Amino acid sequence: MHQFIQNSKSENQIFDVKKIRQDFPILNTKVHGKPLVYLDNAATSQKPKVVIDAIQKYYESQNSNVHRGVHFLSDSATNSYEEARDKIKNFINAKSSKEVIYVRGTTEAINLVAHTFVKPKLNEGDNVIVSLMEHHANIVPWQIVCDEKKAKIKIIPINEFGELKVEEVNNLIDEKTKFISLVHISNSLGTINPIKKVIELAHKNNIPILIDGAQSVCHSKIDVQDLGCDFFVFSGHKICAPTGIGILYGKEKLLEAMPPYQGGGDMILQVTFEKTIYNDLPYKFEAGTPNIAGAIGLGVAVEYLQNLGYENINTQESKLLNYATEKFSKLENVRIIGTSKNKASIVSFVMADIHAHDVGTILDQEGVAVRAGHHCTQPVMDYFKIAGTARASFSFYNTLEEVDILEDAVKKGIKIFLG
Amino acid sequence: MSNLNELYQEVILDHNKNPRYFKKLENYNRKIEARNPLCGDQYTIYLLIEDGKIKNIGFEGVGCAISKASSSLMTSSVVNQSIEFSKNLFNKMHLIFTGKSNSINEDELGSLFALSGVSEFPARVKCASLSWHALNGVLSEIHETVTTE
Repeated sequence: MHQFIQNSKSENQIFDVKKIRQDFPILNTKVHGKPLVYLDNAATSQKPKVVIDAIQKYYESQNSNVHRGVHFLSDSATNSYEEARDKIKNFINAKSSKEVIYVRGTTEAINLVAHTFVKPKLNEGDNVIVSLMEHHANIVPWQIVCDEKKAKIKIIPINEFGELKVEEVNNLIDEKTKFISLVHISNSLGTINPIKKVIELAHKNNIPILIDGAQSVCHSKIDVQDLGCDFFVFSGHKICAPTGIGILYGKEKLLEAMPPYQGGGDMILQVTFEKTIYNDLPYKFEAGTPNIAGAIGLGVAVEYLQNLGYENINTQESKLLNYATEKFSKLENVRIIGTSKNKASIVSFVMADIHAHDVGTILDQEGVAVRAGHHCTQPVMDYFKIAGTARASFSFYNTLEEVDILEDAVKKGIKIFLG
Repeated sequence: MSNLNELYQEVILDHNKNPRYFKKLENYNRKIEARNPLCGDQYTIYLLIEDGKIKNIGFEGVGCAISKASSSLMTSSVVNQSIEFSKNLFNKMHLIFTGKSNSINEDELGSLFALSGVSEFPARVKCASLSWHALNGVLSEIHETVTTE
């Protein structure tokens, strides 16, 4: 314990967590009279003041519709909206801003690809491959299109540590495989999947692949060109940006060939009742007035993360993960679910036979916010034969002291239930 | 901590650990699923209803301590009682769970009083009332059928 505090002090010179916490106004909240210990970052991250300010500034001094007016405000809103797209393009190293489509979030991005890219290619008896550790958002859209086309879903299995059985991918792929959609980091297990390997396997077989980056963009630097995936999707709200904004990255030539997802304003060049000419990328996929403030907020959020630096973020998060894992491994009646060698700072656990919601309530009374339940990954829960887990997910602004508070709260819960 | 003790009282912990009427009935004429898809609580309640009375009741399934204890306390309270009584009890408990009850009579409620701590935990009201809503649904149907006939 003392040793860890000393470590964190020496670390402070490079990455001052206390100072960084001041960027996040909500972290000063008191919950049931106790300081908030926010460990539900995998559900959504908190927002730094710079992002909140950017949204406020937009509504106070820029609010207008984009790509339409010839007036001053519309120009200003459009510029900020498109500048944000360029920032995001650089952030994920896309080749062009045309490949960066604003959507509501990961879920909408997956649905868009399922309906406009995959569904038209599917025939009866074809298959789409996903993994057992997918979030429901990367299962249900595929079920919808596969049901419609009488196609099948094939599942890459996992092992007892919650690791993907990559060696099975080759066996699952056949001439009827039309698409692979795979999660980068599991939201309920924390497992970091070897996506590069799977992308290579997919492409060796000429199968396009989507990577669900909802949980990965907050932990690791993403370079879509280096990864080589055909689509990469993520939500803004998990990386310090507001809710209701996310990104679909797609290779330009694929996006070009895809039909629009929704019809409406902004996605057209010319409309007559006889024929409509669609707008160019990326606007073809952005029907209707978009979430302008959200996009601007996302641009500021990615800058904020870049300024912090992923190396620093990783150092702090690894420290938190190792510290929590070490503590929880020693706790009697506590079992960690998801023990992959390659893991993000997510610790899912079960406590004896105490239901996750009871754990969640007990922790909440101590000011500790965790997620309790199946985390929208019911197949994972079924695999481990559990109803749900309590999940502590750490961000760079969490501290080792907060892990201690979590541990104490867990011990309290065990005492209440097991005496 | 005092709030937590209110919620997880001895009675609740006991009914969670050793739920009463926790079995499928061999002989039943009504069955209802009580599900909370958000948290995964899932119970099946079996009822044998004869002559306007709940002659027998049983439940099975999985869920948190609050939902399980509440189901156990509910089954214990309505077995051998009339439909009218059970529906009134649902209304009373619903007010207690949601903190809208003006007068809570501890003596009258007996063991059910242990569930009154739930009102301090808005996120858990659904857990406590899950099986009660299911039961009330079945009983209301019977009631409606009876009154329309």
